[in-house]
Amino acid sequence: MTTQDRLTISRESKLDDAGYKWGFSTDVEMELAPKGLSPDLVRLISEKKDEPDWMLEWRLKAFEYWSKLQREDAEPRWAKLRYPDIDYQDIYYYAAPKSFDDAPKSLDEVDPEMLETFDKLGIPLHERERLAGVAVDAVFDSVSVATTYADQLEERGIIFCSFTEAVQNHPELVQKYLGSVVPYTDNFFAALNSAVFSDGSFAYVPPGVRCPIELMTYFRINTEGSGQFERTLIVADEGAYVSYLEGCTAPIRRTSQLHAAVVELVALDRGEIKYSTIQNWYPGTKDGQGGVYNFVTKRGMTERDAKISWTQVETGSAITWKYPSVILRGDNSVGEFYSVALANNYQQADTGTKMIHIGKNTKSTIVSKGISAGHGENTYRGGVKILPGAENATNHTQCDSLLVGDQCGAHTVPYIEVRNPTARLEHEASTSKVSDEQLFYLMSRGISEEDAHHMIITGWSRDVIKELPFEFALEAGQLLKVSLEGAVG
Amino acid sequence: MLKIENLHAAVTDSDEVILKGIDLEVNPGEVHAIMGPNGSGKSTLANVLMGKPSYTVTDGDITVDGESIVEMMPDERAHLGLFLAMQYPSEVPGVRPWQFLKAAKDAIDDANGQKKTSVRQFSKLFDEKVEEIGINPDLIKRSLNEGFSGGEKKRNEMLQMQVLDPRIAIMDETDSGLDIDALQAVADGVNKMRSPERSFVIVTHYQRLLHFVHPDIVHVLVDGKIVETGDASLAEKVEQNGYRDYLAAQRNGK
Ligand SMILES: Nc1ncnc2c1ncn2[C@@H]1O[C@H](COP(=O)(O)OP(=O)(O)OP(=O)(O)O)[C@@H](O)[C@H]1O
Ligand SMILES: [Mg+2]
Repeated sequence: MTTQDRLTISRESKLDDAGYKWGFSTDVEMELAPKGLSPDLVRLISEKKDEPDWMLEWRLKAFEYWSKLQREDAEPRWAKLRYPDIDYQDIYYYAAPKSFDDAPKSLDEVDPEMLETFDKLGIPLHERERLAGVAVDAVFDSVSVATTYADQLEERGIIFCSFTEAVQNHPELVQKYLGSVVPYTDNFFAALNSAVFSDGSFAYVPPGVRCPIELMTYFRINTEGSGQFERTLIVADEGAYVSYLEGCTAPIRRTSQLHAAVVELVALDRGEIKYSTIQNWYPGTKDGQGGVYNFVTKRGMTERDAKISWTQVETGSAITWKYPSVILRGDNSVGEFYSVALANNYQQADTGTKMIHIGKNTKSTIVSKGISAGHGENTYRGGVKILPGAENATNHTQCDSLLVGDQCGAHTVPYIEVRNPTARLEHEASTSKVSDEQLFYLMSRGISEEDAHHMIITGWSRDVIKELPFEFALEAGQLLKVSLEGAVG
Repeated sequence: MLKIENLHAAVTDSDEVILKGIDLEVNPGEVHAIMGPNGSGKSTLANVLMGKPSYTVTDGDITVDGESIVEMMPDERAHLGLFLAMQYPSEVPGVRPWQFLKAAKDAIDDANGQKKTSVRQFSKLFDEKVEEIGINPDLIKRSLNEGFSGGEKKRNEMLQMQVLDPRIAIMDETDSGLDIDALQAVADGVNKMRSPERSFVIVTHYQRLLHFVHPDIVHVLVDGKIVETGDASLAEKVEQNGYRDYLAAQRNGK
């Protein structure tokens, strides 16, 4: 796989364990870092990361804004999602990696259930070790791999590093673009993320440069009772191109966890960003216990002739609240959104996109495929907004739902606002079921019931999956299969 | 090889009985033709043989080499060597014919303890058959049966039959809706596959196909029962006289 891998791991913490060490810090105070959110905690995070003052101030302003929203009870509740109130004071906001000395030494020490999942996902062995956090060698290995590619990237002036490093080494870029697409005032969860974000990825591709490899980050949540708040910022300068992959492929089988990420994409004139996600956070048990609450703000902005394409395969999380969007500011710019979202068992997904047309001749395409199974509830929520200056804007929306079984639900909520009469919009929607005829047809050829279901469902999702880079497409297919296990048959 | 005894079948979860006591024995190498008026139960019989869940066997038995298959799922029956070319093949969006057929062949080979065919070998076989049956190569780049014309769907069923190489091939009106060339291609395909080990059950309304594929035995199915069995000349008689006499006899019998 020609990707540069970077890994963000937080190890599992056991707070009642006297032998527990706070990763890279042995600070006793840190061990006692309380749950809950306060300006002091924001300062602590910033201090641990040795951040410059401007970064701390920005965090504090975000915190203040978030506190105000919370006092006003302005947590968004418009989505078609049901979950118990989140107690924001009952979450650990800072969980540093556990010392590598305490990490499992070999795969023998890793949770067998996790290994089984890796196996089903077809993740190669060295990859598994890395994902399971089988530490020293594997992690160092992957660091050295990253360094090999880092040379290639550096040659071309491409920056790809953790967000923390970017704040240290490229403050001018971070300061210029951070919050330029998703300001901390954007929404409740974006404000929360801006105050306490832990880490994330940063990429910058200079003018005219085509990034020769796919950049990739794997994210994981491990720490019980902790929230995860990562922040990603990607800038394609004029005429630059980058393809970025975000994977959360290791399901963690623990209690409910809050995940509130922010991703900002900036494509300057003629720049292009292709952003692909495979989201497989822990979805909770079959009867709806636990699982990740995934509240994510993802948005890109395109300047003249630029293009941003979001592709997502969402199979995980108990709750998904996520609308990767594009602000088409420059003339002739293009925004795309391709999504497969699966809700099985008691999963709930409320996901879609917003395409905001500002520039002339701007063009957007939305292909959304929602799969509902078990007691899953899947809502497509999509907005297309054509502003007065967006002469000759076009949008094509295709929104399909597939039902597996009869206990699940599929909903479509399109918002359309057109303020320029030259706009052309098309909207197609369909709802279908995996038909008994199709199943019988495939099975009569010798294909097992499970494989037949899988074949029908991935076939149905093909328009989206084919947008993924090849290796990711294979992984997405496997993931759909694993995620649907038990829903069929 | 295939033996059907006193077979009764109804629509699952309903009282609608469609097959009302069918007896039929198909020996290796034989070609049986089944004719009968619309709605007499020909497709139902074909589907029940293949194990379609929307029908339930309420009495009687179906055996292959002495072993009952009534409790088997359709995929298990395919592993045994049964194949049904359907009257109305389903459309499966996003699934390529090649991918589908390779998965089917692998599943059957796997169940029979055989090695998977390599991609190269399979592609060769696939391309050969596509050409032989006269399938437009553009079609197989599309989704399975999606947007295929009626005749194209039938040719695609023949492609599957020839690649999967079944022991018992059931063809449900494969000849309906075919142009002359396609009919010839289907007949050639069947004749080439005819062997002392393989049997065919061909459901048809017309003599056309039977001129090219000579049946050993012809059955007439009326209202869920086989009312007459004979040699190839029975097909001619049916084509000339229609089913009036059978239907009248059936009414009187009631
Ligand atoms: N799933 C079903 N539910 C209700 N009735 C059914 C069902 N399947 C078949 N039937 C009925 O059973 C009878 C036999 O149908 P079948 O399709 O087997 O006829 P056929 O002999 O193949 O007819 P044709 O020559 O028109 O293809 C018909 O009256 C049909 O309406
Ligand atoms: Mg029929």
